[in-house]
Amino acid sequence: MFGLVVVPTPTWYLVLSAVLFSIGAVGVLVRRNPLVMFMCIELMLNAVNLTFVTVGRAMSDIDGQAIVFFVMVVAAAEVVVGLGIIVSIMRRRSGVNVDDLSELKG
Amino acid sequence: MELFVFVCSSIMVLVGALGVIFRKHPVHAALSLVLTLFGVAVQFVSQSAEFLAAVQVIVYAGAIVILFLFVIMLLGVDRAEDLQIEPLTGQRWIAGVVGLGMVGLLTAAVVSGSDALRLRGAGIADPVTGENADANIQQLANSIFSDYVFAFEITSVLLVVAVVGTVLLARRRTGKGMA
Repeated sequence: MFGLVVVPTPTWYLVLSAVLFSIGAVGVLVRRNPLVMFMCIELMLNAVNLTFVTVGRAMSDIDGQAIVFFVMVVAAAEVVVGLGIIVSIMRRRSGVNVDDLSELKG
Repeated sequence: MELFVFVCSSIMVLVGALGVIFRKHPVHAALSLVLTLFGVAVQFVSQSAEFLAAVQVIVYAGAIVILFLFVIMLLGVDRAEDLQIEPLTGQRWIAGVVGLGMVGLLTAAVVSGSDALRLRGAGIADPVTGENADANIQQLANSIFSDYVFAFEITSVLLVVAVVGTVLLARRRTGKGMA
């Protein structure tokens, strides 16, 4: 079909996950809605998962996939606790903006 | 073929990620997140991590995004926020510069460190080319339940703590005037 068959190397995947991680980091810096900030943290976690799987495949080692499994479990627990905190904060205050929460006053 | 899959799933990942940080509506951002998660799942499949791709779809796209949508609806924040207002002057501009710098640095690190990626482990079974269709799951289970079984047990403690903590956090305290 193609004259030259190009196979994506691990570097391509790693560069993609670097871009994904940076997009997530910029989102955490820019957005002020705590829910969207949480989604950006999920983006960064996914970039790291992609890195683990890519490096595990390049090194031909299953440990990369095992670590991604644990990262997923921890991410699920983190989201549950974080959303619980957000719900209990937002119940007392109206409006979702993390800049309003800069003081730890009740 | 792998190139085609890579390009398509990369477009999915990047469009979804940009959607998360640029869509004004939190629900739209959550749906863009689903697009990104599916793109990453496709890349897992093309890198012979089939079990993780299934877990990615079930846990991330199924459970976590639904949890986000639940909380958005519960708090009643499903309205578009005004992204034109910049809370801190010049912060977005600086954040963009920081992001570009981060891309540059990480890419330089990846490219200069690509020689370090050499074969080390015992090999990853590929269910597509191999004869055993469950090879990936069996290999991953062998790793988790033998080498990392202690971490696996600790994980269960973590989940119990997270569940109990969330129930305590989100509980309505009745009778104290909190309602």
